[in-house]
Order: sequence, then structure tokens, then C-alpha cells
Amino acid sequence: MVKEFSTIPFGPQHPVLPEPVHLDLILDDETVVGAVPNIGFIHRGLEKLVETKDFKEYVYVAERVCGICSFGHGMGYCECLENIMNIEVPRRGNYLRTIWMEMSRVHSHLLWLGLLADALGFESLFMESWKLREQILDMFDATTGGRVIFSVNCVGGVLKDMDQSMLNNILNTVNDMEKEIRPVTETFLNDYTVGTRLHGLGVLTADEAKVMGAVGPMLRASGVSYDARKTGYAAYGELDLEPVIDTDGDSFARCRVRINELFQSFDLIRQAIGKIPEGDISVPVKGNPEGEHFMRIEQPRGEAIYYVKANGTKYIDRFRLRTPTTSNIPPMVELIKGCQLADVALLILTIDPCISCTER
Amino acid sequence: MGQKPFKWKILPFAGTVMKNLFSDPATTKYPFEPAKFPERMRGHIVIRIDECISCGLCERNCPPRAIKVDRAAGTWAINRFDCIQCGNCTNVCPKKCLEIVPGYTEPGTEKITETFTKSMTERTS
Amino acid sequence: MEFLNTIEEISMDKFMQEVIRFKMEGWHVIQICAVRVDGGYELSYSFGRDYDMRTLRLKVAEDETVPSITQVFHTAYLQENEAAELFGVKIENIDLDFKGKLYRISRETPFKEKG
Repeated sequence: MVKEFSTIPFGPQHPVLPEPVHLDLILDDETVVGAVPNIGFIHRGLEKLVETKDFKEYVYVAERVCGICSFGHGMGYCECLENIMNIEVPRRGNYLRTIWMEMSRVHSHLLWLGLLADALGFESLFMESWKLREQILDMFDATTGGRVIFSVNCVGGVLKDMDQSMLNNILNTVNDMEKEIRPVTETFLNDYTVGTRLHGLGVLTADEAKVMGAVGPMLRASGVSYDARKTGYAAYGELDLEPVIDTDGDSFARCRVRINELFQSFDLIRQAIGKIPEGDISVPVKGNPEGEHFMRIEQPRGEAIYYVKANGTKYIDRFRLRTPTTSNIPPMVELIKGCQLADVALLILTIDPCISCTER
Repeated sequence: MGQKPFKWKILPFAGTVMKNLFSDPATTKYPFEPAKFPERMRGHIVIRIDECISCGLCERNCPPRAIKVDRAAGTWAINRFDCIQCGNCTNVCPKKCLEIVPGYTEPGTEKITETFTKSMTERTS
Repeated sequence: MEFLNTIEEISMDKFMQEVIRFKMEGWHVIQICAVRVDGGYELSYSFGRDYDMRTLRLKVAEDETVPSITQVFHTAYLQENEAAELFGVKIENIDLDFKGKLYRISRETPFKEKG
């Protein structure tokens, strides 16, 4: 008997995919035996723009790479230049960055939980997650002036300060959210429908995750204790932080890691607001950068790498951004092999893909 | 494919559903209720044209190059549809006569440039 | 917390040897980056283990071919394809070679020319 395989094109337009990624799935009956990823539908060439924009101006371009990790991209670029130019950011500036970064993480994870619920067909849970997320976006709107693009980072610090009433407001929101979020997270963790779809799906062992170079929640869900925040950029060095890990390595573990990271972020915001010192928020920058630096930043979706090579003029030679999704696509493709066709969409979702980031 | 058993609870979401059923909607009834903008919101750029010294810093520091400054004619022009609301011009303005205020640019059918001209007395002084 | 973040220059003949040594010692690929320099390219291969990161810096001439590291680290194919496609670096034997079809762009090797 000759075995016949069928090839199914999956994406770039698919009800469950938030962004355009294409997969050619090779199927044996309902089981996937092979997959070839294909991206590249929305390449914009933002990295190239660094050659024609002033390095201080490029911050605004860097943060427009992605709508969800916007704050982190701006910050990563700035931290890179600050390392090259030996600029010490004032402590208050660093704490403000940390607070905004953790708020970004909360809203990114809530977005992901919503998308997951949507992929499972659990519409009301999806609405509930995004309703909670709205509170964080409102806080962003009040403190930075933007819901999605914040434009508060600059080389040498941050542009906007938060007064005590704003900090208290954030603290209250975080405390309220922590209570309100419980029923939602409990549903994700205990619901029969959610559990049936996620338990045992796409198991990635710790060794595989390391070798394939998975990052972020995907890596930590496999039991590897790695979190780039431990390297101590911004104010993370002064805060109490332990990577959230899980040992199962399946889709449910990835969901659980993200839920626990939500609570970790609430805790970090509280710590940062408790410890925030008075003082300046930025230092003036003189001269042009010369040199190169690799910077690792833990974005909500995983570790991102920022590389800047500057040549002593106000235009930078090269800016490279390796996003978490670039690293997570190859392990995801390996996970898809062997699963059922109906689970492919869920597996793509569990890496929290951000294709716009990946293609820049 | 056999699935290993896992712990689950009966109707974990029912409480939330009941609560939502009897509480007010989470959204605002937008056209009937006005949208609330916070004080810091970056909506659009306004200029106090008579304080402007036509230095051109905003033009050079605008990432999408939406601002045009003409020193001779004493004009300051902005294409509001190119503007990305980053607020860079307000940060670099030496006279602080540019400000970014709440309220979005109204939609239009074509990209138009809005021009502000200095009054004559300012230009001669 | 102290951790490594170094950039080490390496020549082409020692390159593959070093990559295999990284694999044996349990490092994984973090990123691959191409930079256009006068008369050629500068390739940076970053490897990570725990919190350490070491970058190998390889300088190649414009028409020189570079061996692919996907035979050692399979999951590096996306980033190698990217370097080949955007910069025109000649990378040989990529495990999953998209042959210029990874990105749907109207120009070939758009990052090759400066400015």
C-alpha cells in the first residue's frame, strides 16, 4: 500500500491567527507529519530606517515595530545606546521604565489569554480578559498619553514623570485587578473545556527547548529557569524576582506560566512603586555614539536581542532586533509535527506569535 | 491519542457570568456619552504661532517630516495625516510654543496641510 | 548579576570548528546578524548558555561564501535566510533554504546598499 500525504496551506488568513503566518502542513490523514513555515507578508524594513534617521529620533521608530511590546522595543534601543555612550540613567528613570515595562507585560499576557480563549471558542472568557486589559491601557493613557504607542523613552532616561497620585492610582488599579483577575485565571486553570484542549498538547522537554533556542514563557514552561530580567537592566537588579517556571512543558504549562507571570508582574509593580526614589528622570545626551553593544531584554513574549553598531556620526550603521517570535517559530514547527490538524491553530497560539515584530 | 487525567472543577465561570448579567456594561455608549480623554493624551499638535521664532528645529526633528517651517514667509505648516503623535517637536521646541493636546485629528477624504502664519507685527520685530 | 557578553573575532577556517564546540558544550544560537561594511559583511553569531552570551564575529568579503550552521543548529534557518535575503550574504547549504522567498519584497537584497 502506498501512503498518500496531503498538503494543506494554513494561513496567512485564518480565523484563529491574529497575524499573517503561513504554514504548509503535510498531513497523513488527520495527523501532521511535516510543516514548513513561511513569513514575510508584512516586511517593512524598519531596521534600514536607522541609517537615515537621527539616533535620538529613531526611538520613535523602534517603538513602532510592534504594538504590544512597544515600550520594550523603545527601551531596548535606548539601553543599547546608553551602554555604548556610557550614560547612567537616573534611578527614578529606571524605576519608571520598570513600572511601564511590567504594565506592558500584564497587558500582553491578558491579550494572549483572551486570544487563547477565543481560539478555544470561549467567547465570554475572551471578553472578560480584554475587559481587564482595558484598565491597564487606561493607566497607560493617563501616564504616557498613548494607549499603544507610549513615546516616553529617550536616550538617557524617560520623558514623562509620574506624580504620587498617578503612582497611587496604578497601585490601586493593580490591587483591584489582582482580585478581579482571579475568577478569570481560575477558569483557565480549572475549566474542563480549556483543560481538555491544552493538557498534554505539544510537549517540549527542557533539553529540546534549550537546544532549539526557545525563549520566554515557552522556555520557562519546560522547566528551564531563565529570565533575562535577572541580568538586571533598568531597575530589575534592585527588585526581588524569581523566574516563573513549570515542568510539564505542554500547552497548559505555557498558559499557567503566563498566568503566574501576571501575578509576578503585579508584585513587581508594587515593589517598584514602593521603592521608587525621588530625583531626575533623564540626563542630557551630548555627542554621538561610537561602538557596538548587544542588549538582552525580557519582553512579554520572551527574550529579545537589540544590537546597535554606531560609527560616531548621528546616523547609526546598523540596528538589529531579534524578536522572541523569530526564536520561537522553529521550536513551534517541531511541536506541530505529530499533532492533529485541529490543534495546529492552538499550538501556533501558545508561542504567542508576533509576526509584525518578527519581520520589522 | 490518550489524554492523561487532570483536575477540573464544575462551572468555574458561572459566578462571573451571573455577575455580568446583572451589572452595567463595561463599555461606554460612545456617541451618546462623550469619550473621556486623560490630560496627558497625545492627540494633536497646537502652536502658539506668535511665539514661534521659525528656528526649524521641529521640522528637522519630526520623524515622518510632517512639519514645514518657512522662515521668510513666517509660516508653520503641519500635515496632520502624516503626524504620528510622538510629541518630539514639543520636546525640542526652544520656545515651548508647541503643545500636544488631547483630541484626535478628525478624519478627512484627502491629506491636507494646515498652515499657520505669523501676524505682521511679529515678523517685523 | 555578572554574566558574559563578549564579541570574539574569528577567522573562516576556525569558524565551523568553534560552532561545533559550542554545540558540544551545550550552547544554543541566540541570534545571527549581518552588517554591511566596506567591501563585505560582518556576521555576528551569538550563542547563549544560561545567562552568558558569546558572539563570534566573522568578516567575509562580498563574494565569499559562508558555510551554514544549520547542519549543527537546525533552528537557525530563519535567521540565516534573513541575512541571505536582505543583505545578499552567500550562505551555503542552509537546511531549509527559502532561496529568496522568505520575505515578499519587491527589491532583491534591499539592505545591501547603504542609505
